[in-house]
Amino acid sequence: MTRGRLPAPFGQHIDRERPVTFTFEGETISGYAGDTVVSALLGEDRWLLSRSFKYHRPRGPLSLAGHDANTLVQTPEAANRLAEELPAEDTPVVTGQNYWGSLDKDRFSLLDRLGRFLPVGFYYRAFFKPQGIWHFWERFIRAAAGLGVANLAVQPTYSDKQYLFCDVAVIGGGPAGLNAALTAAEGGAQVLLVDENPYLGGALTYHRFDTAGTEAGPCLEQLRTAVTAHSGIRVLTDATCNAWFSDHYLPVFQGQRLFKVRARTCVLATGSSEQPVVFRNNDLPGILLCSALERLLMHHGVAPEQPLVVLAGNDAAYRTALTALDAGLTVAALVDLRPGANDPALTSALTEQGVPLYTQATVYQAEADASGTRLAAVRVHACSDEGTVGDDLAHIPCGLLAMSAGYMPAYQLACHGGAQLSYHDDRAGFSLSNLPQGMLLAGSVNSLHSLEAVCADGRNAGRAALEQLGLDAGAVEATECSERVNHPWPIFKHPKGREFVDFDEDLQIKDIINSARLGYRDIQLVKRYSTVGMGPSQGRHSALTTARLIARATDRTVSDTGVTTARPPVKPEPLGLIAGRRFHPIRRTSLHDRHLTLGAQMIPAGSWRRPGFYGRPEQRLAAIAREAQAVRSGVGMIDVSTLGGIDLRGPDAAEFLNRIYTYGFLKLPVGRTRYAVLTNEQGVVVDDGVAARLGEDHFYVTATTTGVDRVYRDMLRWNTQWRLELDIANVTSAYAAINVAGPNSRAVLEAAGCDLDLSAAGFPYLACREGQLAGLPVRLLRVGFVGELGFELHVPSLMAATLWDSLMAAGEDYDLQPFGVETQRLLRLEKGHIIVGQDTDGMSHPGEIGLNWAINNKKPFFVGGRSVTILAGQPLKRQLVGFTLGTGAPQPKEGHLVLRDGAIVGNVTSCEYSPTLDRIIGLAYAHPSDSEPGGSITIRTDDGVCVAAEVAALPFYDPDNARQTLCALKQPRPAWPAPCSRWHSRAAATRLWF
Amino acid sequence: MPVALLKYGLGDDFPFEDHADLPGPTALRDHYDVVIIGGGGHGVATAYYLAKYHGITNVAVLEKAYLGGGNTARNTAVIRSNYLTPEGVAFYSASVKLYEQLSNEFDFNIMYSQRGQLTLAHTDATVRAFRQRAEVNKHFGGRTELIDRQAIAELVPCLNLDPAELPVLAGLWHRDGATARHDAVAWGYARGATQRGVELHQLTEVTDIASDSGRVTGVVTNRGTVHCGCVVQAVAGHSAPLAKKAGIDLPLVAYPLQAMVTLPVKPFLNPLVSSSALHCYVQQTSRGEIVIGGGSDPYPLYQSRASLPLKESLIASAVDMFPFLSEMRLLRQWAGITDMTTDYSPIMGLSPLENYYLDAGWGTWGFKATPICGQTMAQLVASGGQVPELIQPFALDRFDRFQQVNEMGATAASH
Repeated sequence: MTRGRLPAPFGQHIDRERPVTFTFEGETISGYAGDTVVSALLGEDRWLLSRSFKYHRPRGPLSLAGHDANTLVQTPEAANRLAEELPAEDTPVVTGQNYWGSLDKDRFSLLDRLGRFLPVGFYYRAFFKPQGIWHFWERFIRAAAGLGVANLAVQPTYSDKQYLFCDVAVIGGGPAGLNAALTAAEGGAQVLLVDENPYLGGALTYHRFDTAGTEAGPCLEQLRTAVTAHSGIRVLTDATCNAWFSDHYLPVFQGQRLFKVRARTCVLATGSSEQPVVFRNNDLPGILLCSALERLLMHHGVAPEQPLVVLAGNDAAYRTALTALDAGLTVAALVDLRPGANDPALTSALTEQGVPLYTQATVYQAEADASGTRLAAVRVHACSDEGTVGDDLAHIPCGLLAMSAGYMPAYQLACHGGAQLSYHDDRAGFSLSNLPQGMLLAGSVNSLHSLEAVCADGRNAGRAALEQLGLDAGAVEATECSERVNHPWPIFKHPKGREFVDFDEDLQIKDIINSARLGYRDIQLVKRYSTVGMGPSQGRHSALTTARLIARATDRTVSDTGVTTARPPVKPEPLGLIAGRRFHPIRRTSLHDRHLTLGAQMIPAGSWRRPGFYGRPEQRLAAIAREAQAVRSGVGMIDVSTLGGIDLRGPDAAEFLNRIYTYGFLKLPVGRTRYAVLTNEQGVVVDDGVAARLGEDHFYVTATTTGVDRVYRDMLRWNTQWRLELDIANVTSAYAAINVAGPNSRAVLEAAGCDLDLSAAGFPYLACREGQLAGLPVRLLRVGFVGELGFELHVPSLMAATLWDSLMAAGEDYDLQPFGVETQRLLRLEKGHIIVGQDTDGMSHPGEIGLNWAINNKKPFFVGGRSVTILAGQPLKRQLVGFTLGTGAPQPKEGHLVLRDGAIVGNVTSCEYSPTLDRIIGLAYAHPSDSEPGGSITIRTDDGVCVAAEVAALPFYDPDNARQTLCALKQPRPAWPAPCSRWHSRAAATRLWF
Repeated sequence: MPVALLKYGLGDDFPFEDHADLPGPTALRDHYDVVIIGGGGHGVATAYYLAKYHGITNVAVLEKAYLGGGNTARNTAVIRSNYLTPEGVAFYSASVKLYEQLSNEFDFNIMYSQRGQLTLAHTDATVRAFRQRAEVNKHFGGRTELIDRQAIAELVPCLNLDPAELPVLAGLWHRDGATARHDAVAWGYARGATQRGVELHQLTEVTDIASDSGRVTGVVTNRGTVHCGCVVQAVAGHSAPLAKKAGIDLPLVAYPLQAMVTLPVKPFLNPLVSSSALHCYVQQTSRGEIVIGGGSDPYPLYQSRASLPLKESLIASAVDMFPFLSEMRLLRQWAGITDMTTDYSPIMGLSPLENYYLDAGWGTWGFKATPICGQTMAQLVASGGQVPELIQPFALDRFDRFQQVNEMGATAASH
């Protein structure tokens, strides 16, 4: 029972005027606005919050700071929420997790009795005989592991991210952080102050720093007012700085926002974690840290009625007892691990109020009530500094035990930055050193504990930050704190065990020691074998004890033993906030809406969407056949805007291309194009395109849709080494392109109104021209990917729709059909043209894929040239060949294997039914000795059915290239004089294009 | 309850020292027949097979930090053999076979769990590549098939089949895909090796390598110089710098590879799921944590620091695949250093030094190869330099011979 909430100054966080309710385990719980789920539950004297990971022991709050796993609960949306971080007001439904039956009566708690048969790492010792039986056991072990239950139906809610920049980021708004922020701001720095609590002040809001308890209040008032009023300080409360990344890049989580803070310097005033005493049943609900009790009283005004025992390893715990007395609690005893308090005033203050003191004594064992879920009494024994336990001194009934064995610096952020922890035997504690440049410590993270020293240390950190920023800093104050706050050995082994070192993972003293006895002596191995420190609180309350235990067990110093590596994040962080608003840009060509209107089926091509074919999905094959037929016998056109476009200008442009691509480009005449093959340094073909020479020092090069970004990047990279004189621009999005192909393509272009001579003589195959078409400035390349007379028209993207509409209108008489990528793939396959990335893989070199003709062996260098030459001198291991099959045969699929004498020799890369040829045609890698046309290769198709395909000469269609190079023309016209010079002379238009 | 556990429970204090898995530290002797540099999975596995199957026990494993503390500790424990090349599939399949019976081989449970691995294809190019991988796998007796959206939905009902504007077209379902307790693999090998007389020296860093007339004669360590008959180097992310000390240039570039893990929840995900386009893979450990990993960092670095941008993009992809993960909590992120070859296959076998053997270039695929590496490297050492057929394709000189074994397509982000 509780006696209702305490009056002010207790209960600073709660609004007594606004009662709120929520349900926990189906029961309605009442509290006040400002309560957390935990404080409201404790307000109703409900202490059992969770079941432990392994033994399903009852657990209640330990730190009340969000630093332990004892308060992990389940909400309908999420598992593993820290109940002290859930506002009672905003959390209507809460349940416990990881139990069978009910939280109060968990049937899995039987495991606690079987504990002796489940030693540390028990799962390594059993469950594997006979072979394969683990599969059976694993189901039970997996089901028993895990904590809460994920709700698989929830969808991400809105969250966002914001960048922040500051001169000094102060992490922690306690006395040290407030002083650091003020000093830095007063010195002219822009300061960001981050604190994870709802109100600034840290320990000043709950801890008693002096016997009378009069220091903290005025100090807090003064600091808070000054900080809040200072225009140079931005304060983020309820905000957690969860990691330190290189160069002071700090993720700060606040509500539904992730701030990404870039600070010039960084003051860590993160405080320290109070440490538990390790004794039998130290995990019973009702046993908590001194600071947790102080928070409960001061923040939430919750005053449990049951008698309190304070277990002290330092003077601070005496002051906790004084605060408890002020709050009206019954203090049944103060048990001091030491011979007595350093400050005699504390002793007399307590004895004056009738509190029995036991010195050089410890709680050896805690006892539960009849339900087994709540502390009922403690057994006090004499003890020594080395952990030996003596006589039974007392048996004290109590429902509450507050303990403090000392403090561990909140080292996580510092260690993310590479700081080292070293142990000092004289004060029995770790301290941090080797901080990264620009990182400063202040306050108890810096091993200072008296209020005076902490405040001065904060000011000093502010000064040091100013100095790093080159600002006037002022003189450094002396900080001294001789008070010893850590007990050297607050660890009391009990013959019956259950002295928990790690609450998260249910690890007892013997588990840690036995890990070392088994040979896992390194602290990292102890962690990995026993799982100590691997739980949600990442060793906050176990690292110090573990280091001490292992040091003793392996006869090393605590410093040599150390603690395991601290990794981000400091506290568990929601994945949704890290993911943020997810951004999945899709690229559409200027003609996207035209395609949709025409009924195109859009397919992804990298980040682009392209028409696969035009027509209903169920009529796919018919649509492709129709489109192909149009190109072969009439005219078709395809949007090729997604093709990469790279513009290269400058006196060295030709030399640059000559080095990048396999072909020679120095002598390419203006007004001509050339196939451009790109190999990497291993001699592997990685991209291809067409390079058009538009001027002596101006090339326009196409690249594959998905390859252009890499090609462009590689070009830039190479030229940072070569330093050739040219500019390289990725103009892919600046231009749209349409390929008009088919016997009637020339007629359509003429009908659309073209001012160029399009005749075979005037505009031969592989030429490029620039002129007007339908009143638009158009760059034309005569290329032949699909194997018919064809023109590739490149225009500024803004003009693409106009061009498309003009061509559609002009093509009406010729039954112009738009065609999609799938049709294009079929057509190019009939023509035997490869697609880099489909017919090549990460090993394809030019010799394997019949591209030796595209290599210029005479030039001194090109990227990959050396490798290509070496490979050319080796016998081929495989070769890309064409094959055909009759229509009755099972059609091989791309990826099916080519076999020879039962061994894999290659694979099918392309395969289609060709309506033009009425055969199945394809490309496949085959053994070189099978590459002669007329021979046969074996392809294993679906279900293992092997077919013998005939090796065919390439191309399958129009082997003499009669159709794409030339078409019957009425009247050949003279060649266009200097066609590309106009591109140069129209600088104004060119500028407009970019 | 298995009988094996009774013995611990029935005595008052089971004498763990008498049954220790690993011996305590001992003095370093000045000569060993075999020195293995690197006490990770590969190093101790090599020692184990040498001791158990070749009777070679005058072996020292030198580890600069702690047993299995490098990439053995940092990898995300994916075991699979659905590679692309016949050489790769044959090699990794042999590894899977060894893994299947490793717990019983050790008498130590490595928790080998064959849950299957599902890789998602979002483009037709990937579908083609997956079909080829499935066919190659089947050819070598592996259980891999190309499955459609319907089958994927049945296999992993909580998966979003249309993540990030990239609809899933098909999946490569690798039934042999598995996971295991990665640390336990190193411990099992170390335990078996040391029980047979191998010495494991932790906190023993090799600072230089001594050689004479094309032969290695010994290694210099922070604890003194050790002479030896031959050396095996198995140091993963630090392979190139170490080989350099022996005067050997390895064509490796080191990149950090990051991974992260959430708080544990009750089991909901059985297979390992990865996406080729999102560069992300997701699996649930037997403890219930969700492990999320992806591709290497985009720049070379010899440092295992974690970074924010990679975490953001990786988790965004994971949330795209499994939207409900947005409500789960990230517990920890870490990184390892991967030594990448240009063809995504390892470097194994002989080196320019006659008695210096290489086990390097393990990039992101080292853990799954641990048993077969140990077995073949032990054969190599025991035979005095006869390279086992299975690892001949991975010879260092393949780069000079242009005989690479290209696994790039089968490796990126599926580890």
